[in-house]
Amino acid sequence: MKRELQRVLGAALVVAAFLTVMALPTCAAAPAQKNLILATTTSTQDSGLLDVLIPAFEKKTGYFVKTIAVGSGQAMAMGRKGEADVLLVHSPDAEKKFVAEGSGVNRLIVMHNDFIVVGPAADPAAIKGAKSTVEAFKKIAAAGSLFLSRGDNSGTHSKEKGIWKAAGINPEGQKWYQETGLGMGQTLNVAAEKKGYTLADRGTWLSLQQKLGLPILKEGDPILLNVYHVIPVNPVKWPKVNADGAKAFSDFMVSAETQRIIKTFGVEKYGGALFFPDAGKKEDDLGK
Amino acid sequence: MTPETMPEVLLKAENLLVRRGGVTVLDIPALDVLSGQVLALIGPNGAGKSTLLLTLAGLLKPARGSLLFRGEKIGNGGFDYRRRIAMVFQEPLLFDATVFDNVAAGLKIRGIGRAEIGRTVPEYLERFGVGHLAKRSARKLSGGEAQRTSLARAFVTKPEIVFLDEPFSSLDPPTRDALIGDLEQILRETHTTAVASTHDQMEALRLADRLAVMNGGKIAQIGPVAEVMNRPADKFVASFVGVETVLPGRVLSVSDGVFVAAVEGGEIQAVGHVRTGEGVLCCIRPEHVTLSTNAPPLGTSARNVFSGIIRTITPLGLFHRVRVDCGFDLVAYVTRQSLEELLLQEGKSVTASFKATAVHVIRRGALPPG
Amino acid sequence: MDLILEGILKAFYLIFTLDKEVLGITLLSLKVSGTATLISLFIGISVGTAVALARFPGRQLVVSLINTGMGLPPVVVGLFVTIFLWRNGPLGFLEILYTPTAIILAQAVIATPIVTGITLASIQHLPANLRLQILALGATRVQMVWLLVKEARLPLLAAVMAGFGGIISEVGASIMVGGNIRGYSRVLTTATVMETGRGNFDVAIALSVILMLLAFLVNAILTQIQQRERPR
Repeated sequence: MKRELQRVLGAALVVAAFLTVMALPTCAAAPAQKNLILATTTSTQDSGLLDVLIPAFEKKTGYFVKTIAVGSGQAMAMGRKGEADVLLVHSPDAEKKFVAEGSGVNRLIVMHNDFIVVGPAADPAAIKGAKSTVEAFKKIAAAGSLFLSRGDNSGTHSKEKGIWKAAGINPEGQKWYQETGLGMGQTLNVAAEKKGYTLADRGTWLSLQQKLGLPILKEGDPILLNVYHVIPVNPVKWPKVNADGAKAFSDFMVSAETQRIIKTFGVEKYGGALFFPDAGKKEDDLGK
Repeated sequence: MTPETMPEVLLKAENLLVRRGGVTVLDIPALDVLSGQVLALIGPNGAGKSTLLLTLAGLLKPARGSLLFRGEKIGNGGFDYRRRIAMVFQEPLLFDATVFDNVAAGLKIRGIGRAEIGRTVPEYLERFGVGHLAKRSARKLSGGEAQRTSLARAFVTKPEIVFLDEPFSSLDPPTRDALIGDLEQILRETHTTAVASTHDQMEALRLADRLAVMNGGKIAQIGPVAEVMNRPADKFVASFVGVETVLPGRVLSVSDGVFVAAVEGGEIQAVGHVRTGEGVLCCIRPEHVTLSTNAPPLGTSARNVFSGIIRTITPLGLFHRVRVDCGFDLVAYVTRQSLEELLLQEGKSVTASFKATAVHVIRRGALPPG
Repeated sequence: MDLILEGILKAFYLIFTLDKEVLGITLLSLKVSGTATLISLFIGISVGTAVALARFPGRQLVVSLINTGMGLPPVVVGLFVTIFLWRNGPLGFLEILYTPTAIILAQAVIATPIVTGITLASIQHLPANLRLQILALGATRVQMVWLLVKEARLPLLAAVMAGFGGIISEVGASIMVGGNIRGYSRVLTTATVMETGRGNFDVAIALSVILMLLAFLVNAILTQIQQRERPR
């Protein structure tokens, strides 16, 4: 019986291995350098900008980009482990730490969009007239009005946390503060459903705006600026990363042609630009 | 039998020992299966009949012992040997396919081409009485039809030995009867060597040339059918082969090969090599006991004549089992006709007689006093 | 309600206009889950049959493991496969993370215990002496295994359906190991999650409808075969 068991198992494994090898994509036969792992955020992917930029980049350089859309937190975690080649994220404080600890190199500013505070048309916390976003958040807390947070360590979530911090409020655990753990689009839908306030990026809001019924109640505040940087992962720390590909992508993102595409993206569809190109500028100069 | 007509030993088993869960379930020092003969294995449940069959068929590996087929040790895991034998089980164990495909299974396994299968199979379907069912799905067969298919499947590969494990046990009597008849005929026509186990004495008698009585994993007695049936080696065999009257007694006197034994309630005359004072078991088959309403019966050579009273009459198929109290219990088989002719009924006085030569004696050695 | 209706209409629109992207996603789903099912069949039927027929020390433990594996959460499989396939992980040199191959691998890991468990039960359910009968007919060990598997073909068909059904609808592992890359490793389930996340509910519903149609079609065919052979 034992021999039979071994023989049958052996045969099965051989066949299975054969099938698995057949299933391997021809891409694996191509040199590893062709693959470039780009870790970015769901909101960036959801905006649709990458659907335009990535094919352009691939066509121009011949790289095959694997866009892995996760939260900023996870993107940077991947970078820290050398499991991504280049990051495109929008969480400046975390990014600075990322570079400072040696995980990333040559952090370059690419573009920005802005966040907006949206909420129910009735505006129960009366934030519409607030002088600043921090002020608006204080009012929401004071009124105990429902606030939806993404709660997923994304760039949006980090920005939101920063505002609460500036307002000197700790919303966690409070009854009116609910964390969805979902992407931007879904969180907006939840907010619309439950008639609550939330912080959103303009791009996602614009693409859903008609169906939402959740008007903008606060915008334009410098604190609401959402700045995107491209950061190659440090090849010294992680020799396996595709350093050449990462550099090519970086250069591409700040090139004049790309910046032009960014500038005109969405204008036709939404009547206004979703992103604002910032290559070469200094972060502190924005919004002034 | 002269040496030329003595059948050859087709399969020889030596020192077979099979253990299961630490318990010895089969212990056979020697067993011969003779070519062209049917060997029947009988014994109570758990005697080891199935285990012995499986071992002889090369399907069960014994803990110890060897099998020699045509004088050669069975090797190669028994595969070559298995290609030359066949086995039929109590359940038909048919495949989920047509009757034709089932019967062809053994041939297909041997790689025989479709053309030859098409020529060979129909003949066996006919011979086993399932020719009209060739296209029928095995799921839709009656018990008898299924077992016929299983038999056809076994025989179509022209096996050198056929092993049958109680093949008719789960069939109703008329079906069983018909099948035994057909099998008997085929075995005789093809001179196929067979080893069959059965519960049913009648089955053994019809099919077997040799009989092996098993008990507790051992063979209690093996030999030609008549020998085992009429001259059981011990009490167990005696009771098992259907000797209904077994009387313990002591030899009173011996004269010229004929002796008188005192049994409880009477004296019996029998034939045998015994010594006075020896303890014996007198075995009398019920078929050898004659009942009569005349006392004494006229013109008989039977030296044992007893009068007694009928205690019980039990119908047993084609005849009746009559128990007569002659001081000791004597069991006789009587046909229904005789029963009616003699107006036998419980409580009636009859004369029971049997010949001295009908008594089979098992020697017991000195009996304890009392 | 009209959202669902909208979604159904969109589904038919996408199907009839043979929308290139949706077509690609659908074909990839079929290819990936089909391949994974085939792999799981080979391993599952072989191992299941072998364990069903063999007696060896620790067999009880193996059977328990197989039965536990049947309920293995796909997401857990996805996590562990990802960790293994990471660049710096033990199988990183294969470089198949974020490829359809990785999805096939993860799905095969999910489906194999299911097929193995059902095969094991089906073979054990066959009459006890059937194995001996087949050997007595002169079958080689290989022939015997083949004939036993043939006898158990009806429940094995159920195993195929269970395996395929489980993985065509799997999403957690598929996202983790596949990366949901457009035109490359995006399948029906991962695309549905993404569109839902974006708030494009009509597209999400459309994709779900297509997914269910696909699952239904495959199962209808397999069920037809199974019921045709059903003992009466």
